[in-house]
Amino acid sequence: MESYLFPFDNLLCMLLGISFTVWFTLLLVFIIVPAVFGVSFGIRRLYMNTLLKIFEWATLRMERGAKEKNQQLYKPYSNGIIAKEPASLEQEIQEMRRSGSGLGGAEFDMSDIFYFCRRGVESIVDDEVTKRFTAEELESWNLLTRSNYNFHHISTRLTVLWGLGVLIRYGILLPLRYSGGVVTVLCFSGRMKSFLSEKVHLMCYRICVRALTAIITYHDSENKPKNGGICVANHTSPIDVIILASDGCYAMVGQVHGGLMGVIQRAMVKACPHIWFERSEVKDRHLVAKRLSDHVADKSKLPILIFPEGTCINNTSVMMFKKGSFEIGCTVYPVAIKYDPRFGEAFWNSSKFGMVNYLLHMMSSWAIVCSVWYLPPMSREEGEDAVQFANRVKAAIARKGGLADLLWDGGLKREKVKEVFKEEQQKLYSKVLVGGEED
Amino acid sequence: MGSRASSLLREEDIEEIKKETGFSHSQITRLYSRFHSLDKGENGALSREDFQRIPELAINPLGDRIINAFFPEGEDQVNFRGFMRTLAHFRPVEDNEKNKDPSAGEPLNSRNNKLLFAFRLYDLDRDDKISRDELLQVLRMMVGVNISDEQLGSIADRTIQEADTNGDMCISFSEFIKVLEKVDVEQKMSIRFLH
Repeated sequence: MESYLFPFDNLLCMLLGISFTVWFTLLLVFIIVPAVFGVSFGIRRLYMNTLLKIFEWATLRMERGAKEKNQQLYKPYSNGIIAKEPASLEQEIQEMRRSGSGLGGAEFDMSDIFYFCRRGVESIVDDEVTKRFTAEELESWNLLTRSNYNFHHISTRLTVLWGLGVLIRYGILLPLRYSGGVVTVLCFSGRMKSFLSEKVHLMCYRICVRALTAIITYHDSENKPKNGGICVANHTSPIDVIILASDGCYAMVGQVHGGLMGVIQRAMVKACPHIWFERSEVKDRHLVAKRLSDHVADKSKLPILIFPEGTCINNTSVMMFKKGSFEIGCTVYPVAIKYDPRFGEAFWNSSKFGMVNYLLHMMSSWAIVCSVWYLPPMSREEGEDAVQFANRVKAAIARKGGLADLLWDGGLKREKVKEVFKEEQQKLYSKVLVGGEED
Repeated sequence: MGSRASSLLREEDIEEIKKETGFSHSQITRLYSRFHSLDKGENGALSREDFQRIPELAINPLGDRIINAFFPEGEDQVNFRGFMRTLAHFRPVEDNEKNKDPSAGEPLNSRNNKLLFAFRLYDLDRDDKISRDELLQVLRMMVGVNISDEQLGSIADRTIQEADTNGDMCISFSEFIKVLEKVDVEQKMSIRFLH
């Protein structure tokens, strides 16, 4: 029985040996060596441009396929489903009254209800908040099943291409990234702690970045955060940390997690002083603020990296910044991060997918392409309170990154909106009703 | 992965909804995607909680009344057909529709039906007339705590006095239509849907 298995066995071993060597060489040459020296081969940009051309071709094929069958292609509502009027409550109601009874008076009119009615139904069809918590829809298909809406229009040629894509992503990219990740974690492990300097710290993050096939463009690096300050950025995914940390050293702030995240956190803390909080401590805002102020007061300590939104948003908007980090009174270095969604969705929908699921999706995408803008440092001005300062920083980040600037709280992802906002609307309407009589 | 939802809607269904509501094919698929993203329970129907999760609707003083308008009498779930039927009231009125075949029945977005929708927002117990009590309750929803009971009461009395023509101290639908005959209902109760 064994005699004729023997030659196959030998062949198998040889094949495995060769593929392992090839794979390891690839890992070394393309990921580790350039990361150590901080150079780039330019291969990733070439890869990116090739992918874009393929995506455009794929979309054209689908459109052609749809036209042949005389059906319609689903177009994502990137321009919105409806066009909204930006007029305020007072303006609209006065206008309605004027056109109706010709008086424009302050008394109640039965047509007032139309305003609330229309606004309400408009928000049912398209609101500014709930769509920020799911992945952005794409104009052209990027050969990932998870972002396809037109299954029935895929021709054979396209299916072959898609199959090839799956093979490449799960057979080559995924293992490559996984091993890259393992190497990084090893670097961070206890054994290296006494030898870790700034250079090695950066090298580890760069390995991570290359392993993920992340193509990052840093703009305005002269504004990079310096010691004794706080760096704030908009939050889209856990990858934000890797992206920023591969271009500079930061002290992280966050809650102590369990599981995989906890292991990584503990490993990181041995490398340089990060600030991790117990969940119970987070509730005590004064304690948090004190620890942060102590850290920034020490000029030798690294700048703190904070994500004031408090949760992951889908990178089409910037939501309310929590004022805590803006109360400390030191220089704030704003950073805007914008991902290109065509190559892979970086947004982590934590209410729908767990960490492992998210990592799988992310590691099997084509690439992570993003732009990072370092904005000039800002400090709190005279007579400005923390909330106004936070809004000013938020507006600057939104403008630079091309994102919508929203006042809504990112916490609405999980919680209900506060009653206070409804009361404000009611107050506004009451003013319209009786305001005229009091004047 | 709510975007996959468009493939769950069959062509025949789309055609039927098109006939009933007048929305175009692409509008229907987009609205289905929206319906699906609101449907957190993924059971093909929306409950009141699904609507209340929209922050802009939750802060609307008449949010609960509007949500109620989507649900037929006594039911707790609304499916996509029902959703579209209610939204159809807010379609703008197009000129070529006015010449359509009269035997096809009144379109959902006619002036009359728009007014009926608004009337039903006031008419809490669905008895086809707005009593003083109902008007007061709706007014209270709109102003919150900012106006006193007496002031609100007098506003309500004045409104009923102006509208009531048959002296029963309630506003019927025809009286409602009369009061609003000069208001551009077609424009105020329409939403501009993009194609």
